[in-house]
Amino acid sequence: MCGIVGLFLKDPSLEPKLGEMLGQMLGVMCDRGPDSAGFAVYGGGAPGKIKLTLRAPAGYDFAPVGAALGDGAELETRATHAVLTIADSREAEARDTIAKQFKDVTVVGAGQRMELYKEVGLPSDVATSFKLSGMSGTHGIGHTRMATESAVTTNGAHPFSTGADQCLVHNGSLSNHRSVRRDLERAGFSVNTDNDSEVAAGYLSWRMKEGRSLGEALEDSLDDLDGFYTFVVGTETGFGVIRDPIACKPAVMAETDQYVAFGSEYRALAGLPGIETAKVWEPEPAKVYFWDRAA
Amino acid sequence: MTAGAARAMNATVETHAFDLAKSSVRDLNAALHALKPGSNASLWRVANPRGLHAIAAGLDAPVTVEVDGPAGYYCAGMNKQATVIVRGAAGVGVAENMMSGFVHVEGDASQAAGATAHGGTLVIDGDAGARCGISMKGVDIVVKGSIGHMSAFMAQAGTLTVFGDAGDALGDSIYEARLYVRGSVKSLGADCVEKELRDEHRKELFERFRLAGIDGQIDPSEFRRYGSARNLYHFHVDNASAY
Repeated sequence: MCGIVGLFLKDPSLEPKLGEMLGQMLGVMCDRGPDSAGFAVYGGGAPGKIKLTLRAPAGYDFAPVGAALGDGAELETRATHAVLTIADSREAEARDTIAKQFKDVTVVGAGQRMELYKEVGLPSDVATSFKLSGMSGTHGIGHTRMATESAVTTNGAHPFSTGADQCLVHNGSLSNHRSVRRDLERAGFSVNTDNDSEVAAGYLSWRMKEGRSLGEALEDSLDDLDGFYTFVVGTETGFGVIRDPIACKPAVMAETDQYVAFGSEYRALAGLPGIETAKVWEPEPAKVYFWDRAA
Repeated sequence: MTAGAARAMNATVETHAFDLAKSSVRDLNAALHALKPGSNASLWRVANPRGLHAIAAGLDAPVTVEVDGPAGYYCAGMNKQATVIVRGAAGVGVAENMMSGFVHVEGDASQAAGATAHGGTLVIDGDAGARCGISMKGVDIVVKGSIGHMSAFMAQAGTLTVFGDAGDALGDSIYEARLYVRGSVKSLGADCVEKELRDEHRKELFERFRLAGIDGQIDPSEFRRYGSARNLYHFHVDNASAY
């Protein structure tokens, strides 16, 4: 089944409350996906710096990772994850250091502003463990998982990130992910897990690397991805939604002067400010919706 | 004015207030299910529905339930006798498998509105999503807006009246049911064809307008009728590709 949520703020005064709002939406979707959860938040960032989200087993001490990279590396730990902020010119060095010296640490996301957290467990517990309610940002997406296509593991949880500041959550199942996976590998994109949704994320990253905008990449997916899907995707400045042409998987959106919100069900949106007077609608099948802060 | 709204305005009716911010849907439905057959008509006002599922599902008493806001999945599902009014949007499967009674959604309805319903009347003031009236078996559905793709798929009996437009594959694999659409139809499904709108159908449409409380405001001649070509009832090798 799975539940997905997304929130894109138009009103900067709400930015300190992004995590609180997104966490509340995610909590309501627990019963659509109780086995694991994850979210990505587009928070603060500085030009010339990159944020790497790291993950390690419970109880892991990330401090030596920061120490190994010396001055200029900042580290903020949240439960099993830590965000390493470093000059973007040192990204390759940092990845190399982590790969060679810290076998238990995985880089799960990278970008100027994106931070990405996911874990096995009840979604509301996952959100609490990462202190989502205290996070601020401009937009974020989240997922509550009921596994169908691959095992219940942290690696199988959403969101998936396959490019800088890019991430995706998916409700549905893709039937041609094996063949798309081979196409991606030929194009030089490696897919790390058996999960069909990671293939979708990789596909969109590949299209955008080829010069397509987020909206255009989503258009392309209608031709190339087969199966059931509702995707919500985030980029550094944008937020997009698409449903497959049959629209098997549910989706409701709400828009006010202050925000655009997405939920698998209206219940997820019911606690948002001003929802009583918001424009509420179901996104149409095979139609791309996206909002961009840079536009 | 609908029958339910008229009843709601009758001050002598016994009224119950139920706040879903304080009590559960299960409590509400248990109280409604406990009403004995033949019990007096009463009015139940339900506050704070917040898209919760299965509100007023499985009723079998001549009561009126007013849901003051958006309802979630399967609101008024399996309804018998009751009038259920949703003052907002309704989620997937509103009035699914309704047997009798009256369900009125004042906003939009999601997918599969009135699915498999055997009887009663479902009125939707806004749009309905995909698969409206899928496998309908006798219900009368009136949608004042438009309907999504694959509506009236495998419809068996009843009427679906649409004031706006219909999406792709209307009436795919339809058995018997009358589909009336005033606007455009994006495409017709397998074995669904346009049919002549005769006086008996104008009369039937007028009756549907009356059910929706808008009789006399619209000319039935503006509608077009669609139904089964009856070519898929029995296996025929020439139709193999259509099965």
